Amino acid sequence: MIHTRRFILSAASGLALIATLPAAAQEFITVASTTSTENSGLFGHILPLFQEETGIAVRVVSQGTGQALETGRRGDADVVFVHARAQEEAFVADGYGVQRVDVMYNDFVLVGPGDDPAGLRDAADARAAMAAIAGAGAAFASRGDDSGTHVAEMALWAAAGLAPAGGWYLATGSGMGATLNTAAQVPAYALTDRGTWLSFENRGDLELVFEGDPMLFNPYGIILVNPERHPHVKAAPGQAFIDWIISDAGQAAIASFTVGGEQLFFPGAD
Amino acid sequence: MDGPFATAFSLIASGDPALMQIIGLSLRVTLSAVVIACAVGLPLGAALALARFPGRGAVIVVFNALMGLPPVVAGLIVYLMLSRSGPLGSLALLFTPTAMVIAQTLLILPIVVSLTRSVVEDLWAEYREQLLSLGAGRLRAVPTLLWDGRVSLLTGVLAGFGRASAEVGAVLIVGGNIAGHTRTMTTAITLETARGNLGLAVALGIILMALTLTLNAAAWGAGQWARGRLG
Amino acid sequence: MKAARDLSASVLPLSLEGVGYAVGGKPLLSDITLRIEAGQRLVVMGANGAGKSLFLRLCHGLIDPTTGRRRWASGEARAEAQAMVFQRPVLLRRSVAANIDYPLTLKGLPRTARHETVAHTLDRFGLNALAGRPARLLSGGEQQRLALARAWAMRPQVLFLDEPSSALDPSATRIIEEMVAQFSDEGITIVMTTHDLGQARRLGEQVAFLHRGRLIEHRSAAEFFAGPQTPEARAFLAGDLIW
Repeated sequence: MIHTRRFILSAASGLALIATLPAAAQEFITVASTTSTENSGLFGHILPLFQEETGIAVRVVSQGTGQALETGRRGDADVVFVHARAQEEAFVADGYGVQRVDVMYNDFVLVGPGDDPAGLRDAADARAAMAAIAGAGAAFASRGDDSGTHVAEMALWAAAGLAPAGGWYLATGSGMGATLNTAAQVPAYALTDRGTWLSFENRGDLELVFEGDPMLFNPYGIILVNPERHPHVKAAPGQAFIDWIISDAGQAAIASFTVGGEQLFFPGAD
Repeated sequence: MDGPFATAFSLIASGDPALMQIIGLSLRVTLSAVVIACAVGLPLGAALALARFPGRGAVIVVFNALMGLPPVVAGLIVYLMLSRSGPLGSLALLFTPTAMVIAQTLLILPIVVSLTRSVVEDLWAEYREQLLSLGAGRLRAVPTLLWDGRVSLLTGVLAGFGRASAEVGAVLIVGGNIAGHTRTMTTAITLETARGNLGLAVALGIILMALTLTLNAAAWGAGQWARGRLG
Repeated sequence: MKAARDLSASVLPLSLEGVGYAVGGKPLLSDITLRIEAGQRLVVMGANGAGKSLFLRLCHGLIDPTTGRRRWASGEARAEAQAMVFQRPVLLRRSVAANIDYPLTLKGLPRTARHETVAHTLDRFGLNALAGRPARLLSGGEQQRLALARAWAMRPQVLFLDEPSSALDPSATRIIEEMVAQFSDEGITIVMTTHDLGQARRLGEQVAFLHRGRLIEHRSAAEFFAGPQTPEARAFLAGDLIW
């Protein structure tokens, strides 16, 4: 029957659409990284330089640090590039990663409402700043998602001898950008990496209210997923990426990335 | 400041290759998912309408319920299947457009099956005696009923397209929102929102809505035309 | 897909032997014994609910008897050389020509034979001007004409018609009756139900009168209309309510 045949024909030609989806002709590696690096635009700056030099394309899946490490554990990425040192070391100790290598660092800053109700601008150090927020019961937006930033935040509360809870403490369970969007709306204090903050545009009333304590140092590490655990891992190109990013060229590329004239990440390879 | 509409318009006008790539990928993924869901769902829904077997009611209820499957859950299921540590890991499909097609197909299929069953069941009640009299058995009736229900079925296919093109949870998990590779309209919107680029996010949303609107208008026009021409 | 059938071989007579049809233990047709001979025009009459439509469907093979036997002279379980026209014909959502083509495709006729038959049928019933029109958009009378034409194109030896003109106006009814009479002249056996006494008189050669699912009279139309034997049929012809 003519109509039925036409029907089947159009269905078949539609199926052919899928065949035209881009084939992976080019060599590539998959890097599981954090939202902070992707959202800041760092990868958009450095990856073309790496690809030009080596011909290897890098596919970045940006997730929270916890999720990125899980992606690595499952063998769904060749390299993980995150910022939560203790978890990274556990990842390697458990045999999922070959070795953790320092790449760069940036720092965390505390942002909050411009009128600064908890008086963070006068805080002596990060511990005091956290205590001031809790003491004033001022709204605080937390990632609450097991990300590197969240882990750093929890370490700060612990250092201040506090376990945050109450109506003022808002666990968003979202990425850095979404958490900053929430903080801008409430408005609330939030801990953010400087990179995301500098490139974040929807600030509303938020301002940077505390920075500079060495406790807010935020190191990024890179790890090749263990090919003994996951034999399909592209060890050679993955290692090439790691070698490049800690080379002079890679470190220079990181240092040359700026937003609004400000450098976001500082070379940290040994 | 420029309104989001102005941003959307200048984005389109600029013909930015990255944007065009994102739009192209979104359409390819969603249309592929719609086509596969139809290829499977139309005959399956029709068979479900005509066949009588024990447990048929349960199957119908399950498909109806699956229409409400949260995209994130669909994405998670596909993720766990396609992950290197999952049963289909060796296919190396995670974080590829194909994985997104699979996840979206999973989302659309229940809509196509349920709507097809309902449309074909109603038509079969009207056509049964006449088709049997003309010499068409149940099996042969399936393509006839699908063809005669085509205008109503188009609505369901469009609903499926809408669900697939609008969802972000599933494609984000299984595609990974990789720039230039698996970044779609919706994951790009999510990313720009996270970056605080709300204007750009809304502009992308406007472009997505414009595409959806165009497609629906075309389908509606085709439906009206068919109704007028074919009764 | 099917072996070429021998057009000369008659599928008739159709014999019903003690046929009954029950749903859920409730008898709707009971103990009907009847032979439908080749070439006759049989009108099935009876009050609403007497089982006329069910009787046609059972003869046509849309339902099977729950008791008794239905036998075609050809030995087929369901004779292929038959067609049925319903009170409300179901036309497919496609053109007039495609509607005629549809059952021919089902019969497995080759393309050229189908084209010929469709063209011939359109021509024969004056449907050429409507050939490309969507069938669903025709008037009621045109739809029923198309349904009859579609049935005719199937080359039936027997045509069942269930109240074919009850939904139509008088002029459309006349056209339908003329078509039925022509079919009969061509040798097609006609079995039709009607509640229209005038139509029964105009078209009937034989009358089967059903009452509460039973066949209580089966005689020539002339005899039946001259003087029915049963009080129920007499009351029916007199226009009384019977039950």
